[in-house]
Amino acid sequence: MGGEGEKGGGAVAYWRRNVRYVSILLAVWFAVSYGAGILFVDTLNRIRIPGTGFPLGFWFAQQGSIYVFVVLIFVYVWLMNRLDREFGLSEDEPS
Amino acid sequence: MNVQAWTFVLVGLSFALYIGVALWSRAGSTKDFYVAGAGVSPLANGMATAADWMSAASFISMAGLISFRGYAGSVYLMGWTGGYVLLALLLAPYLRKFGAYTVPDFVGDRYYSQTARVVAVVCAIFVSFTYVAGQMRGVGIVFGRFLEVPVEIGVLIGMGIVFFYAVLGGMKGITYTQVSQYCVLIFAYLVPAIFLSLLMTGHVLPQLGFGGVDRSSGSYLLERLDGLHEQLGFAAYTTGARSTVDVFFITAALMVGTAGLPHVIVRFYTVPRVKDARISVGWALAFIAILYTTAPAVAVFARTNLLTTVADRPYADLPDWFRTWERIGLISFDDRNGDGRIQYVGPAARDAAGQPVENELVIDQDIMVLANPEIAGLPDWVIGLVAAGALAAALSTAAGLLLVVSSAVSHDLLKRGFRRDISERGELVAARVAAGAAVLVAGYLGIDPPGFVAQVVAFAFGLAASSFFPVIITGVFWKRMNREGAIAGMIAGITLTTAYIVYFKFVSPAANVPEHWWFGISPEGIGALGMLVNLAVGVTVALLTPPPPADVQRLVDLIRVPRGAGAAHEISA
Repeated sequence: MGGEGEKGGGAVAYWRRNVRYVSILLAVWFAVSYGAGILFVDTLNRIRIPGTGFPLGFWFAQQGSIYVFVVLIFVYVWLMNRLDREFGLSEDEPS
Repeated sequence: MNVQAWTFVLVGLSFALYIGVALWSRAGSTKDFYVAGAGVSPLANGMATAADWMSAASFISMAGLISFRGYAGSVYLMGWTGGYVLLALLLAPYLRKFGAYTVPDFVGDRYYSQTARVVAVVCAIFVSFTYVAGQMRGVGIVFGRFLEVPVEIGVLIGMGIVFFYAVLGGMKGITYTQVSQYCVLIFAYLVPAIFLSLLMTGHVLPQLGFGGVDRSSGSYLLERLDGLHEQLGFAAYTTGARSTVDVFFITAALMVGTAGLPHVIVRFYTVPRVKDARISVGWALAFIAILYTTAPAVAVFARTNLLTTVADRPYADLPDWFRTWERIGLISFDDRNGDGRIQYVGPAARDAAGQPVENELVIDQDIMVLANPEIAGLPDWVIGLVAAGALAAALSTAAGLLLVVSSAVSHDLLKRGFRRDISERGELVAARVAAGAAVLVAGYLGIDPPGFVAQVVAFAFGLAASSFFPVIITGVFWKRMNREGAIAGMIAGITLTTAYIVYFKFVSPAANVPEHWWFGISPEGIGALGMLVNLAVGVTVALLTPPPPADVQRLVDLIRVPRGAGAAHEISA
């Protein structure tokens, strides 16, 4: 937005980094669920996870994707908190 | 003590706990009522969100659905958890920063339009009612089976409890009650699962147990189950029988629907800061994942036990649980070939002479979780515990939804719509009256339900996916999105989705087969297509009409950075 000067430029850079993080994390999200759990499930099912009865594709669809989802959110929180501090936008610091 | 006595004791104790918590945390202001004073800790909020989210469908129906569909049941697991990733990355932090009370508030202010607000209110109320009807039916089943009271009385008791803490406590009462309900429901879900896992495979963790070696046959449990399926003419458990396109679209509809459900979104207004909204979603999903990774294990244990207990057994030898469920009509056996044995077989079954075998047994998939402890012969108190857990799941979700309905009426329609001069006190009274009325309608829907729990809930998801999700996302990520685009998109998405579902489910159910579906997408998955249509129509219309005013574009800039998120407040005067 015009009229916000330097601070506005910082906000644009902040937003770009945010969009980049989100895109990367969503690519992983897509790969484990729609990729491993649905589109390539038959191929992955030919592999069995060693020491268990799980076909790999089936495991991704019913277990693995969920574990990855939880991790993704915590990674996002960590990245964003770091980004907030870097740009001085953290809510912990006095305005 | 027998099963019924244990059930009465455990259900009674859990109800006393909820009422105690509700009394301790009553709402004193509209802010307490709508967003719990925006002062809930992220961990407590995550746990409450998990209980709010995990409904009768998750607790009672989901493992049963997976049990009957095998791999194809994965759509529910991925769909109902993957949506939280979208919620965390694309919605929660921005909606918290925006800081309104409700989803229609965001839509109304971002799109500077009363029409958009009203369309959003109607969608929110409709989604909430379809969803809440499913919960009340769940309550009815539990009461009907375990307390042996008629379904109607069961629903009335459930309504009374929900009325008590939702109407008095508002969001504050609901949040802390839901924290206690989460503890009850997760304990009730895990105890039988761990029991079964130890009995069948020797693993403590069910998540590992269903990939383990079956103690009675010495081969892997999943291999044994695939073998049983093949023998009885069902599709193999670990691969299933649905088309890839349909699985893809159903998963997408459920994921996007999850992220668009108003009662889930509103939870992220209840924490103090944007940072807390982000981590809240993480905690919520972590708590949800405990149940969701256990469910597929329960499904495999239940399926194996069911097949080995009933298939090809003489009818006269069957245990008590079979007859109890048969009596209330959720299991039915019809001895077509008159041999006195139960032929429980799939479509590909052939006898020794190569002739097709007719299936004689119909089992309602909603009973699998409830019947599971009995089928496996677990102690009576476990069965009572499962009943208490199922009630916790149904009641916590119903309460959250009723709050959305009541705030949609008192806040969005009255305060921000037709009665702008209403006082704080008047608004709180209106909110309580609306919650009371909503409980009555929900109770009626529970006694006289429009369909099965999971089917009705799937409908709510399609609608949430095709209405809210695209307009909220574009509202944050695309400044150019304007009023005209948002309204046109919402109407297009919801019309297509509703028409498709109504046509196949109600007008012409006979045509509900893959040959008649568009691109092979079933009515359960159409919400994903509705969302794409919403997006396409919205973007096209937006580009053909003037951009949003400068102050709205500034508002979007403001939403995008976390600093300065005060308590939940009104953005425009």
